[in-house]
Amino acid sequence: MAGPVGWLLIAYLGSLAVLFIASLWQLDDFSGEIVQDPGLQNFKELIETPVYRDIVLRTVLIAALVTITDIVLAFPIAFYMAKVASPRVRALLVVAVLMPLWSSYLVKVYTWRIMLQNEGIVNWVLDPFGLQGPGFGNVATWLVFSYLWLPFMVLPIYAGLERIPNSMLDASGDLGGRPWMTFRRVVMPLALPAVVAGSIFTFSLTLGDYIAPTLVSSTQFIGNVVYSNVGIANNLPLAAAFATVPVAIMIVYLLIARRLGAFESL
Amino acid sequence: MKLRWWSALAVLTLALAALTAAGCGDDDDDGGGGGGGGGDESAALKKVGKGEGEVNLIAWAGYVEDGSTDPKVDWVSDFEKQTGCQVNVKIGNTSDEMVTLMRTGKYDGVSASGDATLRLIAGGDVDPVNTDLIPNYADVFEGLKDQPHNTVDGVNYGVPHGRGANLLMFNKDVVKPAPDSWAVVWGGDESQPYKGKITAYDSPIYIADAALYLKATQPDLGIDNVYELDDKQFQAAVDLLKQQRDVIGEYWSDYTKEQAAFTSGDTVAGTTWQVIANLVQGDKKSPPVDAILPEEGSTGWSDTWMLSSEAKHPNCMYKWMDHIISPQANADVAEWFGEAPANSKSCDLTAVKDHCKIFHADDEEYFDQVAYWTTPTKDCGDDRGDTCKDYSEWVKAWTEIKG
Repeated sequence: MAGPVGWLLIAYLGSLAVLFIASLWQLDDFSGEIVQDPGLQNFKELIETPVYRDIVLRTVLIAALVTITDIVLAFPIAFYMAKVASPRVRALLVVAVLMPLWSSYLVKVYTWRIMLQNEGIVNWVLDPFGLQGPGFGNVATWLVFSYLWLPFMVLPIYAGLERIPNSMLDASGDLGGRPWMTFRRVVMPLALPAVVAGSIFTFSLTLGDYIAPTLVSSTQFIGNVVYSNVGIANNLPLAAAFATVPVAIMIVYLLIARRLGAFESL
Repeated sequence: MKLRWWSALAVLTLALAALTAAGCGDDDDDGGGGGGGGGDESAALKKVGKGEGEVNLIAWAGYVEDGSTDPKVDWVSDFEKQTGCQVNVKIGNTSDEMVTLMRTGKYDGVSASGDATLRLIAGGDVDPVNTDLIPNYADVFEGLKDQPHNTVDGVNYGVPHGRGANLLMFNKDVVKPAPDSWAVVWGGDESQPYKGKITAYDSPIYIADAALYLKATQPDLGIDNVYELDDKQFQAAVDLLKQQRDVIGEYWSDYTKEQAAFTSGDTVAGTTWQVIANLVQGDKKSPPVDAILPEEGSTGWSDTWMLSSEAKHPNCMYKWMDHIISPQANADVAEWFGEAPANSKSCDLTAVKDHCKIFHADDEEYFDQVAYWTTPTKDCGDDRGDTCKDYSEWVKAWTEIKG
């Protein structure tokens, strides 16, 4: 146990520590070189510039929306897989849920791009109803992320539901609980940790992504600002400071998830 | 046991979030220290030796074509056969990307525009080039030699590739009447019919395009050089870009993204390069488009092939620099990309006979009207002193404009 844990500590916590230290350096305006003079000016700039606040809010909001969407979509599928389907159908469904993970991320995002474009299939389907697709923008990023991370929600919920003994559902029925009541009072509380566990994936993956937003919109996520500060402005300290924001958000998120018992359910 | 497992998992998840947020930086090396020695004392190559077998280039899309885009467009295969230098190319979408890529030290050379060359020279990322070793250099237009963007203190840092202007592309089926002014993209009354279908170049350097339009339409701002903007002028340009933001469908920096957007009809007007217009026009499924130089003039580029200070294949790079400005290759690339060639002898070899005339190859007066990309600095270059906005301010403003 000590070996793997030590490796994790150095590789992951170590790099996080370097990230945090780098966020305290600053950039010399004139030469563009990094000055190793610790200070909080990067964080000050992040807080005082309204556009950075907007970008953090937008990123968190879309990550939350994606998570809720995935819960709503994943729960019925997972319930069917765990409690209704025959073993054979169940195996097929597990493969079906995993299948999208076999193809490249970029292929999936570009496919959405083609579907959402002006002459794409979305507009073609909506046209007879006098409606128009969302085009490329925040709605598109929300759709794409919800699609991309759905398997990461289905699998934990499926695993969580499978662990609920059928006898409990029967007992609820015997005691006069109607299906909806059983679902609300028995299944939901028992499945909640699994849902929270799945939400860790969907939330953190959306929080950290920056490729899909550039491909299906011109929206800026936290990752895009980090990327442009690394690649364009060459301002690594500011990039590092902004990169600590999602880390902080995830720490809070994980603490809440732990209280809800998500870690026992992974 | 349970707790340890939990903490390991927590760390893993955290690290995943942090790593993806940090932009999966495969090329964030030692933090932009620049690396490499200053070019001044490191002597340029004395003699071009045998090729090293390959050469790794960073180039604008359309500058290094080996027939894989279009079998008829190929000025690389013969070079590879003759010199034994296998050409590997990495497309840079913006000057900033090129500078970052060069700083990795993995490339031998780059086709840098004026907003990258001085940054590369100052950072010690490129070496001086001995133009005596490049026979075709003699035929380069005099107007391109020893310019401020490719020569520092009398030392040449590369060979001129060619020059051109950013154009206005529009969908002829939708944008009527055909525009002759940039007004159609700036969010005013002229753009309203095309709201959500306008595009713009996703780089801070695009702020200069706003300044260029203001220079023509609001003379009281007193804009002279669009890369030397003081507070008031800069603010006006940023305001114009924010007004434009409302009509933008999406920005492009990846040229394939713009190509796809015009082909599908998602975008109907915006700034472009001639090569993208060629690609769209060559696509049968695409609506008809035209690319014009509007009446206000435009921003543009004058590119230079530069040699990395960490080049692992300098001989092949010298051979490449000589090849790309040779009359035939330079004519081919100039026609494909849609720019004026650097080699004066290329003008007789273009497929379209008056290519050089159309692109004003030897017309220095014309190019005086084109504002070549260059890196904005604090120094305004005139009696305003050090009051101009430098590039880091441009980058910040760009983040703010996109919102």
